[in-house]
Amino acid sequence: IKGDVAVVRMNDPNSRVNTLSTQMQREMTEVMDEIWGNNAVQSVVLISSKPGSFIAGADLNMIQACTTAEEVTGLSQEGQRMFEKVEKSPKPIVAAINGSCLGGGLELGLPSAFDMILTGRSIRADKAKKMGLVHQLVDTLGPGLKSPEERTIEYLEEVAVEAARGLAKKQIPLTKEKGLMQSNYFLAEIQDYVMSYPFVRQQIYNTVQNKVMKQTKGLYPAPLKIIECVKAGVEQGPTAGYLVESQHFGKLAMTPESKALIGLYHGQVTCKKNRFGTPEKEVKTLAILGAGLMGAGIAQVSVDKGFHTILKDTTLEGLSRGEQQVYKGLNDKTKKKSITSFERDSFLSNLTGQLDYNGFNKADMIIEAVFEDLSIKHKVLKEVEAMIPPHCIFATNTSALPIKDIAAVSKRPEKVIGMHYFSPVDKMQLLEIITTDKTSKDTTASAVAVGLKQGKVIIVVGDGPGFYTTRCLAPMLAEAVRVLQEGVDPKKLDGLTTGFGFPVGAATLADEVGIDVAAHVAEDLGKAFGSRFGGGNVEVLKTMVEKGFKGRKSGKGCYIYQPGLKRRDVNTEALEILESYKLTSSDSDVQYRLVSRFVNEAVLCLQEGILANPVEGDIGAVFGLGFPPCLGGPFRFVDSFGADKLVEKMRKFEEVFGNQFTPCQLLLDHAKDPSKKFHK
Amino acid sequence: MIRASKKEKCTFHFHNTTVNIFVGLFLSVVFSNHTAKSKKTLAKPGVKNIVLVDGVRTPFLQSGTIYADLMPHDLARAALQGLLNRTGLPKDAVDYIVYGTVIQEVKTSNVAREAALGAGFSDKTPAHTVTMACISSNQAMTTAVGLIAAGQCDAVVAGGVEFMSDVPIRHSRRMRKTMLSLNKAKTLGARLSLLGSIRLAHLAPELPAVAEFSTAETMGHSADRLAAAFGVSRLEQDEFALRSHTLAKKAQDSGLLSDVISFKVPGKDIVSKDNGIRPSTMEQMAKLKPAFIKPHGTVTAANSSFLTDGASAVLIMSEEKALAMGYKPKAYLRDFVYVSQDPKDQLLLGPTYATPKVLEKSGLTLNDIDVFEFHEAFAGQIMANLKAMESDWFAQTYMGRKTKVGAPPMEKFNSWGGSLSLGHPFAATGCRLVTTVAHRLQKEGGQYGLVAACAAGGQGHAMVIEAYPQ
Repeated sequence: IKGDVAVVRMNDPNSRVNTLSTQMQREMTEVMDEIWGNNAVQSVVLISSKPGSFIAGADLNMIQACTTAEEVTGLSQEGQRMFEKVEKSPKPIVAAINGSCLGGGLELGLPSAFDMILTGRSIRADKAKKMGLVHQLVDTLGPGLKSPEERTIEYLEEVAVEAARGLAKKQIPLTKEKGLMQSNYFLAEIQDYVMSYPFVRQQIYNTVQNKVMKQTKGLYPAPLKIIECVKAGVEQGPTAGYLVESQHFGKLAMTPESKALIGLYHGQVTCKKNRFGTPEKEVKTLAILGAGLMGAGIAQVSVDKGFHTILKDTTLEGLSRGEQQVYKGLNDKTKKKSITSFERDSFLSNLTGQLDYNGFNKADMIIEAVFEDLSIKHKVLKEVEAMIPPHCIFATNTSALPIKDIAAVSKRPEKVIGMHYFSPVDKMQLLEIITTDKTSKDTTASAVAVGLKQGKVIIVVGDGPGFYTTRCLAPMLAEAVRVLQEGVDPKKLDGLTTGFGFPVGAATLADEVGIDVAAHVAEDLGKAFGSRFGGGNVEVLKTMVEKGFKGRKSGKGCYIYQPGLKRRDVNTEALEILESYKLTSSDSDVQYRLVSRFVNEAVLCLQEGILANPVEGDIGAVFGLGFPPCLGGPFRFVDSFGADKLVEKMRKFEEVFGNQFTPCQLLLDHAKDPSKKFHK
Repeated sequence: MIRASKKEKCTFHFHNTTVNIFVGLFLSVVFSNHTAKSKKTLAKPGVKNIVLVDGVRTPFLQSGTIYADLMPHDLARAALQGLLNRTGLPKDAVDYIVYGTVIQEVKTSNVAREAALGAGFSDKTPAHTVTMACISSNQAMTTAVGLIAAGQCDAVVAGGVEFMSDVPIRHSRRMRKTMLSLNKAKTLGARLSLLGSIRLAHLAPELPAVAEFSTAETMGHSADRLAAAFGVSRLEQDEFALRSHTLAKKAQDSGLLSDVISFKVPGKDIVSKDNGIRPSTMEQMAKLKPAFIKPHGTVTAANSSFLTDGASAVLIMSEEKALAMGYKPKAYLRDFVYVSQDPKDQLLLGPTYATPKVLEKSGLTLNDIDVFEFHEAFAGQIMANLKAMESDWFAQTYMGRKTKVGAPPMEKFNSWGGSLSLGHPFAATGCRLVTTVAHRLQKEGGQYGLVAACAAGGQGHAMVIEAYPQ
């Protein structure tokens, strides 16, 4: 308590961030009661003692610990009571927010009489002010007589206390600035008037509902329930609204989607840690070979993390294109104001573009991203090994070539590792790291450390054709080609896949990956795994490549791409090719044909030890290949769908198509014993 | 004391090994008048002594007042002519001219040359312009010192000018591009289509701002954050600003600001006084709203330096040359340093970094300094610097030093006013600081003076000045 202002400092001693837990709710209610009982207190400041975090939202573990919907409903009602208490406070409350303020944290901040925010994360602080969520912004401070973090919180508290005092004395008017939509008084009037008709309201609910359905394909239940809650609140008053909200919240918490998403969250947290320990030598200088899409993409996510990055190509044109890609990537961020033009320039100063091996004697890690051809990779590896210092790691970026084959010509195979980035590198979160029997633990630790610094979610898998991700994707794409050959239109195929929850349809995905790459991979993996990888005819892809239909990058693939145009037409010439390889349709259950092959291959990877655990398998599939997040990944899907039911479906497909649908042993084991689950 | 006196022996001019006792006696006599110095003089064997012969400046006026219709080189010319008049220097005796400026008038981008020609210097005297934000004329002076020390020149004029009454306001980039293309367009049709491409939005002009290019933050905003980081209160800032104005007024009234020359402004009256000195009351100052961070900021118009027009000039010579020409120099210009740090959070901490560094270089301590002249960009900035200099934690955490350097005692600090009250024509302030140190050393009888300043870009400067024996 500072004079007539009570300062409530929230600090969860057991966690890095504050979350809305039962304990915190209880304490908050107690503190509020105490404050209202104290006549000396005129106003309140709510602040977090943790730098960079106000309240991160509800405590996931708390929700996970509940076994029934009623329990969660109870929790939700308790939370509502606390918020109500804050909202109806007779004394002004200032929420002094430093850093992330999410979910329930925001709810706590919102009703407070006067809010302040510091550095936002998902919504930048200045935007939050424009949206009317907060009233006053406080800048972060630099070095002073204490550490900047400590002093910034102190400063925020000082300013908040002054504001609270001003509010209590009515020196600061309590005009809640409305959001943009209501900033115009006249507009607001009309809005209120129109909203008074139930018919209009019904129309609005319908419109919103349709929008939600279009975006979620009905796969995510929460947004629809939120609309219901708002509806209940508006039509039947706040009490009914709160009741519906807490009941829905309870039900939602128990859905498989909720479990899947919470599982993904925990998995992602796991994959943001380096389980191989701290590397002996920190990588400072990174040399990237090949300035193509991948190479330049890797360069882009490296320069802004402070790596001194050498980007080498063999031709001036290639290098120039690559450097332009890095510049454009950073400049787009400048245009969106997420970085300043000065930051862009200083990041770019970490980039050295060159055609020779100058400076490679000082490189700590090489990431090779040259053409996917074993002989070229060999040539490059030998050439580079002659230039680099003994400690330097050689990482190869390939989507299918076995690392041990590439490492075969190396003089130091313990320093060779696979780093499979996903395109576009700056957008895709996943990095698949592939270790061979000979890769040393320190090399792995170093590769993981570099990946983490580049902001990636990382899975570390064993070596083998296609590793994990490509190996799962290949059979699904082979099946997709078969489906296309059966005469299913690419748009229809896309609709079916996105309808299952994939963010990108199968035909579009093939175009994005590149038809040439797909053909290459299909052929390689076909050789390695035999008929299990059959399905569609590889010749379809090869013929498309011959005609120059390499996907988005060549302007034509399954679709036709025109710069500046969002609309895509189906490539009729590709349809002609498909027509010439036409198969008769044999099973219409397209979705499960695609997904079961994906899932079976994933389970096989775990069985063969390519995968270390199901968590990484789920993360890799969701973040690298767009496996439906609402299903939580192939392993969680098997758990929730039921291995027995999946096996049953596959046996049916097996009869029609053959061994591509033979379930693997591990899957059969799970089908036999329902108590076996990949996730507990 | 014994160790100190032994050290004195080595550098002492009249030292006599056989009569140690006399030396000791002599020292004690000298030191009884003054606090003991770490060093008797900063003269170094084999290094040329470089002296400040004299320094002048035009009155510093709030921009948009009496100088409003001039051009920058007009003000610079006035300062240069004033220096010639004050010193009686033959125009062709000057080997070189270096001049500082920050906001450049594009027509006179080498303002040094235009002003020198206009001031009647020989057209055989080369001149160049330097820029380093608020320490531009410090850079001009140290460039001169370098030329003399390297034996390339014997007499150099340095100075700086800032003219904020008129600043280059540009067309937008799009408009400029169209206009430039228009020059190259060959046919009428091409010209018309270019003209047709002009949109109303293209006509919006680009105004210069006192903002960092690297961070886009205005200096006042940064100063406010700096003050908050060091916990400087609004009250402390207002008090310091009031002190600056009060001292400046006193100095002006008692005729101490002898570096100011009178200037007949064309079409206007003779100006002979700074016009920004306005001692107010704490109550009045407290009424002002924050100028940059609203509503809770602490930096206001009253505790910031104001936009100012003005020019300054100094004559720097090798000691031999000055004596040969019959001058009585005012001071020795000794060691100097430039520092730079993070332009965002430590934009204005130059003095904190530069002071210990230059003292170390000279072998002096803060206690040896009799006269301090720090550039006052903002009261909050000065107070933050004083607190930083007084903090062991800051010295250890950010400067990699074992201990703090210490804050200057206030009775020796900017006692004739400072940039807050006298005004701050960016590139002219450095020469004012150095000349003021020389004058204060003469008036107050000290031996060593220290100049320190911060500048945009997160840079800073400090120089040690030694009184010329009277």
